[in-house]
Amino acid sequence: MPVISSTKNLEALSLTLVAEFDAGVERVWQIWEDPRQLERWWGPPGYPATFDRFDFQPGGKADYYMTTPEGEKPRGWWRFTAIEAPRKLEFDDGFSDADGAPQDEFGSSHATVNLEDLGGRTRMTLMSAFESEEQMEQMVQMGMEEGLKEAAGQIDAILAEPARAR
Amino acid sequence: MVVDELSDSDVDRLFQALADGTRRDIVRRVTRDGYSVSGLAALYAMSFAAVQKHVAVLERASLVTKEKRGREQIVRGNHEGLQKARRLLDEYDAIWRQRAERIADILAEE
Repeated sequence: MPVISSTKNLEALSLTLVAEFDAGVERVWQIWEDPRQLERWWGPPGYPATFDRFDFQPGGKADYYMTTPEGEKPRGWWRFTAIEAPRKLEFDDGFSDADGAPQDEFGSSHATVNLEDLGGRTRMTLMSAFESEEQMEQMVQMGMEEGLKEAAGQIDAILAEPARAR
Repeated sequence: MVVDELSDSDVDRLFQALADGTRRDIVRRVTRDGYSVSGLAALYAMSFAAVQKHVAVLERASLVTKEKRGREQIVRGNHEGLQKARRLLDEYDAIWRQRAERIADILAEE
């Protein structure tokens, strides 16, 4: 299990997740930097992500869509706000309409990724904060495999730890 | 999935309610202790009526309850309502746990 810990802040609608991987920092950086590798893990099985724009530089934009089993293609965008290879990445993300134009009425969320060298291993800390309301629900629907029973099991386990959710 | 237990309008109300900083602060406070509406109003640079409106939004989203005590209304956190928001965060957490698993799988290929 790569995930070491996760902390949810209910009032701030934010999640901080710490995972460790058996690979060096440079290698883990690639899974974010290379859109072809990113596509392999961003979407759940059966819902592949395709990045059709990936301008990986501060201020640069990425556009992507997911392909659902029903053939629908919900779209999203990222805006890279900080890139410090190979340790730090920050981006805003939100939803787009069918033409790729940002839909900002739900606000955007902000993600911060930090990679730390543990001597051959890498600790990745992800902080994701939602700005508003439906935005988070949409993100959950887009990233979630339907009928995912194992996730339900995890949720039960997490709910049994009330001290972690503030 | 757990989210199916909430109707779309429930979820909309919940996150609209939590989208505002003052309302999140009210939830934080009243989850620990009950506050009267006037007690809350004294904490913020806004009118009693404005605070009352915030409380009403939170009440509709089932995040707080109001209880009459004498001439005052005591606002308290509604544990069940907060639990709903927590479940949605839990689902998002599950998404990231699965992503981390997939990353580990990709890294293990080499």
